[in-house]
Amino acid sequence: MPVREIAGVHVDFDDEGFMTNPDQWTEEIAKALAEEEGISELTEGHWKVINFIRNDYKEKGQPPTIRRMNKVGGIATKDLYDWFPQGPAKKAAKIAGLGKPQGCV
Amino acid sequence: MKKILILGAGTAGTIMANKLHQVLPHDEWQVTIVDQNETHIYQPGLLFIPFNIYTCNDVIKPKRDFIPQEVELIMSGIDVIEPEKNRVKLANNQVLSYDYLIIATGSHLAPDETEGLLGDGWNKNIFEFYTLEGACNLQKFLKHWSGGKMVLNIVEMPIKCPVAPLEFLFLADWWFTEQGIRDKVDLTFVTPLPGAFTKPKAASILGDFLDKKNIHLVTEFNTGSVDSSANKIVSFDGKEVEYDLLITIPTNMGDAVIERSGLGDELNFVPTHKHTLQSKAYENVYVIGDATDLPSSKAGSVAHFQADVLIENIQRAIDGLPLVEEFDGHANCFIESGFGKGLLIDFNYDVEPLPGKFPLPGIGPFSLLQETKANHWGKMMFRWIYWNLLLRGSELPIQAQMNMAGKTK
Repeated sequence: MPVREIAGVHVDFDDEGFMTNPDQWTEEIAKALAEEEGISELTEGHWKVINFIRNDYKEKGQPPTIRRMNKVGGIATKDLYDWFPQGPAKKAAKIAGLGKPQGCV
Repeated sequence: MKKILILGAGTAGTIMANKLHQVLPHDEWQVTIVDQNETHIYQPGLLFIPFNIYTCNDVIKPKRDFIPQEVELIMSGIDVIEPEKNRVKLANNQVLSYDYLIIATGSHLAPDETEGLLGDGWNKNIFEFYTLEGACNLQKFLKHWSGGKMVLNIVEMPIKCPVAPLEFLFLADWWFTEQGIRDKVDLTFVTPLPGAFTKPKAASILGDFLDKKNIHLVTEFNTGSVDSSANKIVSFDGKEVEYDLLITIPTNMGDAVIERSGLGDELNFVPTHKHTLQSKAYENVYVIGDATDLPSSKAGSVAHFQADVLIENIQRAIDGLPLVEEFDGHANCFIESGFGKGLLIDFNYDVEPLPGKFPLPGIGPFSLLQETKANHWGKMMFRWIYWNLLLRGSELPIQAQMNMAGKTK
């Protein structure tokens, strides 16, 4: 499992660039990861999403789906696509320091 | 008398009613099953109706014919489940108490979840084939369609029988060829997934089939709305696909009674232990079939394999023993590929579909992930097995857990 330095600390990642230990996550790491994903600035909206999915992860043990962010988190799906273009569920989970959302069957 | 109550007499509920009747002493246990529809639909057959392979009457039988006489069958909707009080209120005002509850309320299409889907085009040039009504409407439409751009769109995952959309496309390619209009039909598959299927190896093999059959593939398309006036689907991030004929696989959701009872997730599926099938919230509540939130396929074969584990666990619970953690996510699906051929896939939570022979290693008669005539006949024979053996809870010569023998990595 690759370890690399980001925002001045050593962090564990999987092969697809998702953090493997959510406890290592900091807001500074989120900003650096967002930049790597092409999001230059994390706005209030971004943080609302990141905070929701981190809290939801603590409760449920897995990153939420887009529908869950909408229904439980009250975040409009359109906004999610605006803030995290091309696959908001994956991208937001990555920036929030969580594993890759489970694939469907 | 102690009571076991089953909610839903679809594939999973009917199998459980039969199995419970077989194993529980009739002087100690009353088994009751509730459903709101008299008609059992052989759902794997719906796929064949639009292409005139089955008629609408070929896939239906009375539910009553499959419930043992000693099992009480109540025809009613369900108002609310009250697990704290171990009781269920029915729409007909009856109140049923239970010692054990089995939730088998399934999943259904929710086209109203997508903006514009139920607009002017619905049943005119927008159809679905997951209900009897939808499949029969589409049969009539296709009979007179002269061609154009047909788009098949999965709105959102998870869906019931995730291979059915591919089968529909393969059969469409065959059907339009037979009708002599394949050159006038453009076939496009639009999916939210990154490939043709949920599992990588099968996705790549099935993707090659799409290519070979000249079916276009648009991936990672998350449908936000349908515009009936301009005949196009629009994704949440603004991509558009135009159609003349839209075959939609709308959002699938669990029953509304799950939401009314506060038992579900955001899609009204019930959180369930993935290996025991016990509900996560209540010890004496079990969940089977499409109603669960498990990452296994929503399909009849899965309900059948789950039933083998659940019947064991209900008996163990009654006898005060720990539950077995034996459900492994096993699914087994024939995939009709058109022109009298088919494929077969066999997989579970951890092992994706692999090539090989099934069920006898090295012999078959069925071939995994390969197109053969035998697989097609397996699929066509399955209707008889379903009505005569599977629903009645008879033993089939396939074990509940997936077996690696006969598969090649």
